[in-house]
Amino acid sequence: MSLLSVRNLKVGFGPRPEENQVVHGVSFDLDPGETLAIVGETGSGKSVTSMAVNRLVDYGGGRITGGSISYTRSDGASLDLASAAESELEQIRGREIGMIFQEPMTSLNPVMTIGAQIEEIFRLQQGLTRAEAREAACKALERVRIPDAARRLGYAPHQLSGGMLQRVMIAIALASNPRILIADEPTTALDVTIQAQIMGLLSQMKRETGTGMIFITHDIGLVAGIADRIMVMQDGKVVEQGPLDKILDNPQHPYTRHLLSAVPHFSDGKSVRSDKASADRVLKVEDLSVRFPVRTGLFRKHTGNIHAVERVSFELRAGETLGIVGESGSGKSTTARAILDLVKPTSGVTQVDRTRIGGTEKPTQMVFQNPNASLNPRLTVQSILAEPITAVGRRIDEEAITRMELLLSRVGLPADSLTRYPHEFSGGQRQRVCIARALMLKPSVLVLDEAVSALDVSVQAKVLDLLIDLQREFGLAYLFVTHDMAVVERIAHRIAVVYAGEIVEIGDARELLANPRHRYTRQLIEAVPSLERRRAEYSIDSRAMPSLVRPIGFTPEVEAWLGAGEDHFYRQEA
Amino acid sequence: MSYPIKRLLVFPLVMLGVSVFVFISIRLVPGDAITAMLGTESGLLTPTQRDALRAYFGLDQNWFIQFWRWFAGVLQGDFGISTTYGKPVMTIIWQHFPLTLELAILSMLIALSIGIPAGIYAATHKDRPSDLIVRIVAMFGQSTPSFVVGLLLIYLLSVGFGVLPEMGTFVPITEDPLANLAQMILPAITLGTAFAAAVIRMSRSTMLDILQEDYVRTARSKGMSRRRVIWRHALPNALIPVITLSGVEFGYLLGGAVLVEQIFALPGLGRTVLDAILQRDYALVQGSVLFIAFNFMVVNLLVDLAYAALDPRIRFETK
Repeated sequence: MSLLSVRNLKVGFGPRPEENQVVHGVSFDLDPGETLAIVGETGSGKSVTSMAVNRLVDYGGGRITGGSISYTRSDGASLDLASAAESELEQIRGREIGMIFQEPMTSLNPVMTIGAQIEEIFRLQQGLTRAEAREAACKALERVRIPDAARRLGYAPHQLSGGMLQRVMIAIALASNPRILIADEPTTALDVTIQAQIMGLLSQMKRETGTGMIFITHDIGLVAGIADRIMVMQDGKVVEQGPLDKILDNPQHPYTRHLLSAVPHFSDGKSVRSDKASADRVLKVEDLSVRFPVRTGLFRKHTGNIHAVERVSFELRAGETLGIVGESGSGKSTTARAILDLVKPTSGVTQVDRTRIGGTEKPTQMVFQNPNASLNPRLTVQSILAEPITAVGRRIDEEAITRMELLLSRVGLPADSLTRYPHEFSGGQRQRVCIARALMLKPSVLVLDEAVSALDVSVQAKVLDLLIDLQREFGLAYLFVTHDMAVVERIAHRIAVVYAGEIVEIGDARELLANPRHRYTRQLIEAVPSLERRRAEYSIDSRAMPSLVRPIGFTPEVEAWLGAGEDHFYRQEA
Repeated sequence: MSYPIKRLLVFPLVMLGVSVFVFISIRLVPGDAITAMLGTESGLLTPTQRDALRAYFGLDQNWFIQFWRWFAGVLQGDFGISTTYGKPVMTIIWQHFPLTLELAILSMLIALSIGIPAGIYAATHKDRPSDLIVRIVAMFGQSTPSFVVGLLLIYLLSVGFGVLPEMGTFVPITEDPLANLAQMILPAITLGTAFAAAVIRMSRSTMLDILQEDYVRTARSKGMSRRRVIWRHALPNALIPVITLSGVEFGYLLGGAVLVEQIFALPGLGRTVLDAILQRDYALVQGSVLFIAFNFMVVNLLVDLAYAALDPRIRFETK
């Protein structure tokens, strides 16, 4: 008998849920100790399905309008969670069904200590005393490999990193040894190296506890390492489900095949672009350093500096993409911003060639990560595209409108888009609007800061293709900042790996990915999930990036460059 | 250095600014203290007598000297002598302030004890009839002027039902707490009504936002009871804006509530300051405004300390 048996589940939202359904008759089973991955893109109903299981969907304005969720309790009795009363559900949640969420930064209560948030489970559900609960909470943190657990209990959430917080969430979810763990995109908000740690932890936890797991993700590449079975959802329906190998190797439904082909496939440098950039240099960055002052005390005394970017040098040619990879806080975005004059460099030179494409006033432009946040919802697309023009003091004339229309058709948007508002477009289309906006002034360098990270994989692939086409057509140079190795493999000619503010390895993309020399580059590549690595063992390396706060006057030692090929250099490691 | 101590260091600067501002603005008002003090009899004064009086009160000096004399006194704890009462300013303030403080505290207790639960109730019953009723009541409470509420209460309770004693001579709480409370309850309700209405609206809207937060969902996923989710997980987060609002309101109330004191014939700080202004009692106006400003800053400091107590993000901030 299966642990959980969902039959013909229907969930709707709003005051008339029957008319506004988002999950249309989903059925699946989960056995004890089994991991079921629910895969789908934004709006597929995967999160709603999983939140219907512990009925958290009720609190998001949803209602189960049909079907059953029969759960077998530990004493063998069966309970239909779809019709269970709230008081029964409170007994099930946390104790028998634990859950972890996508955003560890916002999923913990900011005004309660980590300890208090774990202890309350032990005190209220298992009736332990305060001291016993504290000890149990400490053990729970040790179980998820948090170093120095006893001290961390007194920490508030804002004092821990995203990866640490997600471990705390796992500790909370597993505190009562639940029989089902629901993990809703638990690594989406994290860096690849941290993602690997969390995935490793989850598979270890699964082995240690025998918990059944429902793992929700948009990344079908990620599930290969952890799932036993896969269920693919689209538009609120299950299009295909079955054992892991069968779905990955022999997908039946066209949508599953589409998802699998859209997965940015990391193949150790084998699928790097083969086209060549021109020889014209458009950007030269030499010894760029950015430091932010740290001020403390009553008089805001300058006591130290954050060395965000440390003596970074590189060149960029017309038609070339330089991929900048690294984890959050490594200084990759700050580098990009310094080139755009959005932050003031402390030292170093950036030279942009202004003569190449019509000598425009703004030779560098930027595309940001989140298209929803970087488009003003109250402006039409025409006004959005007009902004760069007005920003340099020009008028919106016939020529500008012609350029807008040309760019819209180039980025693949319908001709009537000019009069429409951002909310009328999908996420991918909005990012296309952002790209069109960045191209309005005919720049020679485009800085793309995680420009495809917020998009669904299939959309991501299309936007990457678009970027490559535009690059060829206009001879653009891209500075492509990303944390995603598979994406960088597809778009970059050259790659710079940034760690703790410094470039630690730089060179030809194919060379660098096939033959990584620096420890951190290897760690990044090892952390990439792939369809080939099934039920893989992820190693848990909890080393964190060193602090970048330094005393005034500190001159960091920069290790010597070592050559590994004609265009492949890496820093010597201490 | 810790945040509250830094705040305390700013106090003297603000006090100096307030002093200068009040000192100048009261002198810009036409009319002088001698005329206001003696009323129609001031017409009988000869110019010599008038000059003598002005010299006696130090009003013949230029503003800089007057200000310096007064401010030097303040620094030594001497706020000057009131021209209308003929007593030290501080003595008069201390006579009237306890009543104002008591009234402010009572109004705030009423506002918070009604406002927070009602706001939470409305938020957790969003769009149901009970929520609608709470919202309508809150809107009326906030938009009805306090003198209307006060007069209605007097009429209904004292005259209509004879339940509460009419306002006679004011009885301080130290003499007879029960009689005092009987006198204070109506004005406190009057002031508390609008205050409570504001608290209801603020706590309802922040609570609605907080209930949609990820960490509330986490608390629910842990199987915490509805009650615990609301009171332990959501409320502390929702309190910060409510405390801000209450701090500002309370600070205002410490400056005295002129209308309500007038209606209920209470000798509070509000009426004292009003009379002092009408009488051009410079020392009393300056002294009481300084006192009120000081209280306002203390309340703001307490509000900040309350933030820090509630929210570790503020507590650990190294500004």
